[in-house]
Amino acid sequence: MLNRRTLLAASGALLAAPRLSQAADLTGVTADEIKIGNVMPYSGPASAYGVIGKLEQAYFKAINDAGGFQGRKLNFITYDDGYSPPKTVEQTRRLVEQDKVSFVFNSLGTPTQSAVHRYMQQRKVPHLFLATGADKWADPQNFPWTIGWQPSYRTEAQIYAKAMLEQKPNAKMALLYQNDDFGKDYLAGVRDVLGARFDTMVKAVSHEVTDATIDSQVVQLHSLGCDVLLTATTPKFAAQTIRKVFDIGWRPALHFITNVSISVAAVMNPAGAEKGVGIITSAYLKDPTDPAWANDTGMKEWRDWMKAHMPDANQDDGNYVYSYGVCKTIMQVLTQCNGDFSRENVMKQATSLNRVANPSLINGITVSTSGTNYHPIKQMQLAKWDGRTFARFGNIIEGAG
Amino acid sequence: MASETPLLKRLLGVDQRVFWALGLVLLVAPVFTVESYRLFQLTLAAIYAIAILGLNIITGYNGQISLGHGAFYAVGAYVAAIMMDKMGLPYWSTLPAAAVICGLVGFGIGFPALRLGGLYLALTTFSLAVAVPQLLKYKGIEQWTGGVQGVLVFKPDAPFGLPLSSDQYMYLFTLAMAVLVFVLVRNLMASRIGRAIMAIRDHGLAAEAMGMDIARLKTNTFAVSAMITGLAGALSAIAVEFVSPDSFSVNLSITLFVGMVVGGVASIIGPVFGGLFVVFVPNLAEEISKAAPGVIYGFILILFLFVLPGGVAGLLRRLVARLLR
Repeated sequence: MLNRRTLLAASGALLAAPRLSQAADLTGVTADEIKIGNVMPYSGPASAYGVIGKLEQAYFKAINDAGGFQGRKLNFITYDDGYSPPKTVEQTRRLVEQDKVSFVFNSLGTPTQSAVHRYMQQRKVPHLFLATGADKWADPQNFPWTIGWQPSYRTEAQIYAKAMLEQKPNAKMALLYQNDDFGKDYLAGVRDVLGARFDTMVKAVSHEVTDATIDSQVVQLHSLGCDVLLTATTPKFAAQTIRKVFDIGWRPALHFITNVSISVAAVMNPAGAEKGVGIITSAYLKDPTDPAWANDTGMKEWRDWMKAHMPDANQDDGNYVYSYGVCKTIMQVLTQCNGDFSRENVMKQATSLNRVANPSLINGITVSTSGTNYHPIKQMQLAKWDGRTFARFGNIIEGAG
Repeated sequence: MASETPLLKRLLGVDQRVFWALGLVLLVAPVFTVESYRLFQLTLAAIYAIAILGLNIITGYNGQISLGHGAFYAVGAYVAAIMMDKMGLPYWSTLPAAAVICGLVGFGIGFPALRLGGLYLALTTFSLAVAVPQLLKYKGIEQWTGGVQGVLVFKPDAPFGLPLSSDQYMYLFTLAMAVLVFVLVRNLMASRIGRAIMAIRDHGLAAEAMGMDIARLKTNTFAVSAMITGLAGALSAIAVEFVSPDSFSVNLSITLFVGMVVGGVASIIGPVFGGLFVVFVPNLAEEISKAAPGVIYGFILILFLFVLPGGVAGLLRRLVARLLR
């Protein structure tokens, strides 16, 4: 009797075991390969970002040439969507249904990835480290299979609000934002930090992308007596703002500007380099043109890698630093998988990163995720315009999210 | 060879219904033979075919160059998305609505624009294609259009408990719409109105001398053309399950134009090949060269125009003519 029961239990366990392993979704993983999918705008209006995909191709090729990852080849399949959402749907479905990739990694673009956001949940395919700054990718409750990488615009706004409270606790903030998803993320971020004080401390004014100028908004904010300004708008309007603020004699104690609009060639010089002195922005990546990183270990690693694998690439292009950093993060995830590359485990490890350092990130900034934290990078450092360049200063600041 | 020719002639002459049935089987077969991703691509190709057919009416048959049909496609798509997402209406009800609205928009734009001839009309319609993605972001209508974020909609499941996946059903539904539209347009073009439309293209002055109201005919043709392309737009919103301003860039209008020329200008069957071309050839180009897919695409395009001057439809026409001789 006892014997039979033991036997039954044993055979039960035997029967259960294969079923357990079947429950894990091992699509795209074989004994000698892991298939990784990606969609990039190699053509079209956002094709300047195509270099990110180019580095990724070279990165996985380098790994495969050196014998692969833990004996497996990393088969990186990347397609062009021309930054057109219908094409993104087509290409993403091709990756998932035809190529049968294990997961999709670092696909680029807010409108394009929005088009497949729900699809990836339906298919339960890890949708990892998207190359977009929108905050919507951090929604583990409704979209557990999707996660971003870089600090979101909302996180950035939280950091400015924190910096403001630290330096001028009783400030009155003027928030000039572009009336779209991008601008509204800043509104949300400031509100996250200020909470109930938002209504008394902040005067928010919006403008349309289609507006010719934002002069009237600047004059209006000035007349409200604000002493801190946060400019959350795209480059053309940022340049106009800097110029107008200066010309009407407004000297806000702190002027924060989104790091979307800090190009020296497209914003600071057109506005007038001297008019923007003192403007503060934020950064999380190391700027390859910043001489401060000349002897930095992480940047040395990046430069050596670039020399060996992409000798013709322009090393002044920050996109390569970004791309290298995000590749390092996915490799960390694969390492943490510890041989179990099921979709469930890949997603679990992607959301179990614990203060992982990264050569591309400003020293002190780390990558951290958890089941409830889908904001991998939440820290940034402020930088001030001195008339020639943005000089980093102060400590690393962490957002609130 | 000589003995085969009469056979074909007899086959064609005796029972065209056999060909129709064969064609239908060929069109429906993919539902059961190809995987869902391919089916989705074929659905897109069918949708583009309808849109290109719309463009072909005004540009191919009527001789008025439009570089802005992407705008009507976008309007149709947004009508469908808004009706489904914001009003909770069923997907099928969006098609007539999109067709009517695009027809009216087409009429409104065609009325003044068609007074401009040739290249001026081409540029006017082009500016429409440039303007529409930005107009869709306009704040005043943002609660409907979703601004830059766009609108997400749900693809329908097969009705009446049919044992089909939503991709299979969507393909069949699109196919049914396409067959309907193609038959209607074929009949229109074979009718008195159709001959008048072509007469205006071939010799406007002569047509006018024969008593045709050119301005009115042109405007109505433009409206019908916009209506059909708008219908395709609505189908695309349902199939892709997403619309946003970035989905309808200027490129879309150019894509439709390319599809029309490759398939065959002033041809009913041509847009089918045009639709297949614009969906599959860019992917093919990317497969050949990752570094410069645009170059390969351009090369294939030039090759097509060089080898098939009348488009795919022109080639078919010549083949059939040769076999019948």
